[in-house]
Amino acid sequence: MGDMNTQMLDKYRNNFLHEVEEKVDDGHWVKMCMQCGVCAGSCTFGPDWEHTPQKIFMMIRAGKREEVLTSHSMWLCTSCYNCMVRCPRELPITHIMHGLASYAHRLGLAPKNQPTRDFSLIFWDNCTKTGRVNELRMTISVYFREGILSGIKKMWTLRNIGRGLFFAKRLNPMELFVSHGCKDKDGLRRALKKADEIEARRRGYAVQPRGYS
Amino acid sequence: MTEVVATNQTILVVGGGISGMTAALEAAECGKQVVLVEKSPTLGGRTALLYRYFPKLCHPTCGLEINLRRIKASRNIRVLTLAEVSAISGKRGDYSATVKIAPRYVNDNCTACGDCAAAVSAEVTNPYNYGMDKMKAAYLPHAMAYPQRYVLDASLIGTPEADKAKAACKYGAIDLAMQPETIEIKAGAVVWATGWQPYDAAKIQPYGYDRFANVITSLEFERLADPHGPTGGKILRPSDGKEAKNIAFIQCAGSRDENHLRHCSRICCMASLKQTQYVKEVWGDAAKSTVYYIDIRAIDRFEDFYQKVQKDPTVSFLKSKVAKVTQDKSGDVVLHGVDTEGYHRYANAHDMAVLAIGMQPSVAGADIPADIIADSSGFIESSAAESGFFGAGCATNALDVNRAVQSSTAAALRAIQVINKTARAEA
Repeated sequence: MGDMNTQMLDKYRNNFLHEVEEKVDDGHWVKMCMQCGVCAGSCTFGPDWEHTPQKIFMMIRAGKREEVLTSHSMWLCTSCYNCMVRCPRELPITHIMHGLASYAHRLGLAPKNQPTRDFSLIFWDNCTKTGRVNELRMTISVYFREGILSGIKKMWTLRNIGRGLFFAKRLNPMELFVSHGCKDKDGLRRALKKADEIEARRRGYAVQPRGYS
Repeated sequence: MTEVVATNQTILVVGGGISGMTAALEAAECGKQVVLVEKSPTLGGRTALLYRYFPKLCHPTCGLEINLRRIKASRNIRVLTLAEVSAISGKRGDYSATVKIAPRYVNDNCTACGDCAAAVSAEVTNPYNYGMDKMKAAYLPHAMAYPQRYVLDASLIGTPEADKAKAACKYGAIDLAMQPETIEIKAGAVVWATGWQPYDAAKIQPYGYDRFANVITSLEFERLADPHGPTGGKILRPSDGKEAKNIAFIQCAGSRDENHLRHCSRICCMASLKQTQYVKEVWGDAAKSTVYYIDIRAIDRFEDFYQKVQKDPTVSFLKSKVAKVTQDKSGDVVLHGVDTEGYHRYANAHDMAVLAIGMQPSVAGADIPADIIADSSGFIESSAAESGFFGAGCATNALDVNRAVQSSTAAALRAIQVINKTARAEA
């Protein structure tokens, strides 16, 4: 076969669809999409996205790897599951969107400073440290994510809610210094590490713990 | 008491729509004895409620009339209306069916003069117009009804209205003492032509069929276009009677959807393409039809019709499964979604939306009082080996009239084979 032919063949081989099928949670469903558009039309966030699920699935099939993995869209999914219950082919659309987001993050292609992504990372970090979520520390980390000044501003805006929570005994200032945790923190970390290894083996990832590191 | 002569060489046909009539006629014209059992007061089924056929846009009355003439001419067919098979036992070549016959309260003296209907003032919902209007409680189902005999609605019995109807009849045709009957019919083979019904549109929640008057089904639209329908053939929308010129057709309403009907109902694309031509026929260049579709399935030679409609400037196509329907203050329906050709978000207002509603078997295969193998949609797939049961028409699959007739002819042939074997065994 001539060079030209080989090049054209590569163009149509669509390695990205195969990659998604192999590496992304529920990615094997993507080829079942019949492009009817009900997910896009039913999405509560629909008008605010660059790429609706319908479009993302078509982009995957068209081999647009960069555009898909750097898209903000899957990070905007609020998990309302409207698309998933209405999909005439029963595609687990919400799960695929989450799978794509997580895969994009793993590859380091996810958009920087994306609020949902930042929140997810802070949450995961916070919760796996002790086995329990320290809401005070988590909230502060989220508020100060964009710098000290904006953090103080946000806290000031929400000061009344904070006071209310304190008096309702839903907010313990001591948590800032001592985190409560689960009984076997090390056991939990070992379990998570093992889960990461298993997932990496199954999907052929280089082992890499989730979170910031 | 209804007398029916039937032996183990009789073919029992269940259902008197176009499929049942065809199967009965084909068998009878081959010299076999046939009993045709129909649940409603008339033959003709859903075909009789269509305005026109695709692709030639001819009227169903034409084909029905030919079949009714064949039935009248045949000495081998016994038609039982208001009759339902409630149980069946036996084996191939030797069945016994229990048939329940509901009273019509009108005997065969009836000349269909209509004096009883004129005398009665009570009205009931008209199922022959899909409940869009009312009819007198003494009624002839429709112009093509067979037998051409009036029916007294059961709700009249015991009221002074029934006596009025009886008094008005010059022919002594009204018999208020008629009772339900149960009879046994012998048969060598049974053809199940139990037909189809529209999917319950209210179950497609985002389309608001149960909330918005101006969202109707394709079957209701057939009645709106028909001169015998509730509007006398004018296309007026239900909420305010406004002339509906800008009409949206929503394809796959229920079909091809794992949440509703998993099969493609096959007829709806052609039905909507046909209905765009009704709109054009009534309103001319002022007509505006928009077809919202996933893909148009105009199978084999119907492609020509699709291409013709595509060239029609009053019809436009929008590739998108509508996600949601709302209704604005003026009564217009607003369709929301995203199209697949460019991913544009739309919110389009129309006078009325027509749901191209899916087809489901009217008796789910599993509910037929016999040993039937049904597919995952409830259509009759086959019967057990060594069985004398055969499915015909829309009881077996989502079919248009043409293909339902072919399927019925095939079923009749299989039934005839059983009868011939039975006859040889006894000779």
